[in-house]
Amino acid sequence: MNTVIEASGLGKRYGRRWALAGCTLAVPAGRVTGLVGPNGAGKSTLLQLAAGLLEPDSGGIRVLGEPPARTPAQLGRVGFLAQDAPVYAGLSVAGHLRMGAWLNHGWDTEFAKRRISDLGLNLRQRAGSLSGGQRAQLALTLATAKRPELLLLDEPVASLDPLARREFLRDLMETVAEQQVSVVLSSHLIADIERVCDYLIVLTASRLRLAGETEALLATHHRLSGPRRDPRTLPASWEVIEESHAGKQSTLLVRTSEPVLDPAWTVRPVSLEDLVLAYMSQPGDAARADLAGLEIAS
Amino acid sequence: MIEFQLDPASGVATYLQLAQQVRDALRLGLLEPGDRLPTAQQVVAKLAINPNTVLKAYRDLEREGLVRGRPGMGTFVIRTLPGTDPAAQRRFLAAMTDLLRSARSAGLGPDDIESIYRTAVRNCFTEGVA
Repeated sequence: MNTVIEASGLGKRYGRRWALAGCTLAVPAGRVTGLVGPNGAGKSTLLQLAAGLLEPDSGGIRVLGEPPARTPAQLGRVGFLAQDAPVYAGLSVAGHLRMGAWLNHGWDTEFAKRRISDLGLNLRQRAGSLSGGQRAQLALTLATAKRPELLLLDEPVASLDPLARREFLRDLMETVAEQQVSVVLSSHLIADIERVCDYLIVLTASRLRLAGETEALLATHHRLSGPRRDPRTLPASWEVIEESHAGKQSTLLVRTSEPVLDPAWTVRPVSLEDLVLAYMSQPGDAARADLAGLEIAS
Repeated sequence: MIEFQLDPASGVATYLQLAQQVRDALRLGLLEPGDRLPTAQQVVAKLAINPNTVLKAYRDLEREGLVRGRPGMGTFVIRTLPGTDPAAQRRFLAAMTDLLRSARSAGLGPDDIESIYRTAVRNCFTEGVA
C-alpha cells in the first residue's frame, strides 16, 4: 500500500500537555481522508506536524516517504491550508496568483487562471474584501495550483455557509478527480465527511481512536438490540464500542468482522455519524491512563 | 444520460445508491445498451462526492457485466436488466395478504408482524451469503 502519511509513536507537547501522543498510523495514497474529533483532540497538531510547521516531541512522521518540509522539493509536493483560509487582506487576487507563481516551482498558471475565472473573482479585488467563501476558494486555488501530491486542509469549510461549503467541496472533489491528489481534511461536519471522504481518522483526547476505510468501518460496526445480556457473555471476537443496559434490553455498538447470527439480536447498520459519535464519547486511552495514574498517586 | 441523486438520510452507502440507480434505470428502460454513463468528473461536479465513489459504483456494475469502461471514452451500458414480472408481483401480494390475515386472526399485531417479517427477510436474503 502506498502511503502519504506514516506516523509512529508521534507526539507533540505544549508545556506539560500532550496535544498529540503515541499516534501510529498510515494514511493511504489516493484517498480523501477525513480527520474528526472534538476540539482540542489534536487534529490541527497532526496536520501541522505533517506540513512540517511543527516538530515532533516524540516518535516520527514521514510524508510522501520523507521527513516533512525538509527540502524545497518536498515542500512543493505538499499543499497546506491552515484554518480560516488565510490570505493577505491588502493583496489583490492577481497579487496572490503572482505570489503563488514566485514561491512555487511547479506552479500551474493555466489552472490557477482558469479556476479564478470559473469562480468569477475579480483579479483586481483585494482579498480582504472577498466573502468568506471566496477567500476559502482563493486559498484552495493557491494550495492546488502548485500541483501538490498531498493536500492538507485544516477545517476548510468550518466558517462557510452551506452553499459556499458545497461549492468548495465540489471544487475540491473536481481537483481530486482531475489531479489524483491525496487529501487529508479535518472537519466537524460529519455529513460532509460522509460525502467526500473514503478514509476516516478519529482522534480524541490527543489519541488516535480509529483509522480505516469508511466503507470497511461501516461494514464491520453494527448496532444490536436484544434481551438484556451480561456483557461478559458476549462473543470474544466482538469489540464493544458503546453499550447501554436498561430494563430488559441491551443495546450495543459492536465492531466485528463476523456476521451476527444470534437471532436474539436485532441488527441495524450504523451511520458514519453514529460511529464517530460513539468513538468520540468513549473515554480515550489517555483519559484511562490518567485515571490509573491518579489512583496510583493517591 | 442518467442524472444521479443522493439520499443522505437513507443510510445506504453512496456507491450502492449510484449503482442501484443505474440498475433501476436499466429495468425501467431509461438506459439501454450503448448509452454512456456520466464521467466521474461530471458526477462529482453535480453531487460534490468523492470521485473514487463513482468509480467504485462503476466497477461493481462492470463486474455484474452491465457496463464496460473503454479507456479514454467513458463507461458504456452493454447489457440491460429485465424488469420484475408484474404477474409475479401480483401473485406474491395475494399470497402475502392471505398470510397476514391468518396472522391477524391468530392475534398478532402489526408490530409483531413487522419484526417477524424483518427476521424472515434477513434469514432469507442472508442464506448462502455468509
